[in-house]
Amino acid sequence: MQTFISTLIDGLSLGSLYALVALGYSMVYGIAKMLNFAHGDVIMIGIYTLFVTLGAMGTSPLMLALSALIMIAFCALLGFTIEKLAYKPLRTASPLSVLITAIGVSYLLQNIALLVFGSRQQKVPTYFSLGSIYIGSVQIELLSLLILAVTVLIMILLALFISKTKLGSAMLAVSEDKGAAQLMGINVNATISLTFVIGSALAGVGALLYAAKMPWVGPYTGSVFGIKAFAAAVFGGIGSIPGAMIGGVLIGIIEAMMNVFLPDALSNASDGFAYLVLIIMLVLKPSGLLGRKQIEKV
Amino acid sequence: MAMLEVKDLHVFYGVIEAIKGISFSVEAGEVIALIGANGAGKTTTLHTVTGLVPAKQGEILFEGKDLLKTPPHKIVEMGMAHVPEGRRIFAELSVLANLKLGAYTRRDKREIEETLEMVYERFPRLKERRGQIAGTLSGGEQQMLAMGRALMSRPKIILMDEPSMGLSPLYVSQIFAIIEEIRKTGTTVLLVEQNAKKALEIADRAYVLETGNIALEGNARELMENDSVKRAYLGE
Repeated sequence: MQTFISTLIDGLSLGSLYALVALGYSMVYGIAKMLNFAHGDVIMIGIYTLFVTLGAMGTSPLMLALSALIMIAFCALLGFTIEKLAYKPLRTASPLSVLITAIGVSYLLQNIALLVFGSRQQKVPTYFSLGSIYIGSVQIELLSLLILAVTVLIMILLALFISKTKLGSAMLAVSEDKGAAQLMGINVNATISLTFVIGSALAGVGALLYAAKMPWVGPYTGSVFGIKAFAAAVFGGIGSIPGAMIGGVLIGIIEAMMNVFLPDALSNASDGFAYLVLIIMLVLKPSGLLGRKQIEKV
Repeated sequence: MAMLEVKDLHVFYGVIEAIKGISFSVEAGEVIALIGANGAGKTTTLHTVTGLVPAKQGEILFEGKDLLKTPPHKIVEMGMAHVPEGRRIFAELSVLANLKLGAYTRRDKREIEETLEMVYERFPRLKERRGQIAGTLSGGEQQMLAMGRALMSRPKIILMDEPSMGLSPLYVSQIFAIIEEIRKTGTTVLLVEQNAKKALEIADRAYVLETGNIALEGNARELMENDSVKRAYLGE
């Protein structure tokens, strides 16, 4: 029972990380109708940025805050630039061309990291040493709770932003019908840019929390993690914010449980089992758990 | 000076020339009808005016300013609203959210509230259903929503594309009565319709489009008496 509860909490925190990254995939898909395969690599660049800034400035609270801000801003700028240079010129191109371009951008970022930092995994300086608490005899890492809390907070803020602000309403309008949105006087290109900026800033927050939990980074760290987060977005229903949260958390819990409870002979294949659950789920409900119902347009 | 003046407009879809150098004008306060068969270029013309489709050549002057050189999202603010073909309401949002998006470029909250009350007065059905998801409205109600949404920007001119399409006769009469009311408030109307009879009844002047060219133009009453118009569009 103790193992079960601590594994559950571990899965929850891993799942919140997936959720945070899944949000980026989901928002961009919902609004630009494209899969931004480079999203995971933005996280990787974010972690390398931390590796550099923390290495240079140290991990005192002030420097940590400064590094985190620089890194998140850098991720947002990177997302903005990628959209501007690689995706915007393809706005009217076929979805397949956009997909290939996104994969290209992903490889480009990985190769830049490879050139600059080499292929060896680098250790990011430890910056959160929060320790753990005991509830009864169950040990809970405070970092897990922090990750969960930050993710939930961001979800709530994002949901409020979309439902309460003018820019949020513009995002909803663009996601449904770009032409009609333009007729309302909404600047469609600026709205898509904003979506990339928000999504990439969230990837930055994801990078900060990821590196606190797993302080190693290599050129492929982001893409492996990103693919799982993408799976989480699809699992929950791509385009849906609560869907990304639920999908992420479920994938995280499934993965953590598989790691602990699968017999030793199979535990190396835990990812395979996680994806098996995903496949079964999608066969049963192709639009994902909270996927949008397609409303027949008259 | 005409409120809206289109000069020698050419529009291409790939290599196909959909609009082959048309010119027309709309004076402030007029109701102008563009009629013609399917594929004549009526919708393309409206789409080009509000920037949904790029033009190859020509000028579209709205109060003297060339719309072809204006970023499309700036056009609403200049006082032009477009009720597009197929209504294109935001089906997943509430009726109220749709109406508020119509006032997207306006800033004064009190004034927006006033316009909203005005729209509710004109379309009581929208007020009843303000919290409902727009995709669940009937076709006629969706058309009203699309018109109400356009009015929320307080336009000087309103472009309407096939407002009667797919509606029951009862709704068609209602929609045309509303267009009449909109004209009475001093708003200019550019109306694209396949229902040529209804359109000519309500319009001051009309242009007949045939495969990307203007075949006929003139006073709406006179066009109703024109033999070729009668044969081709009025089914007489």
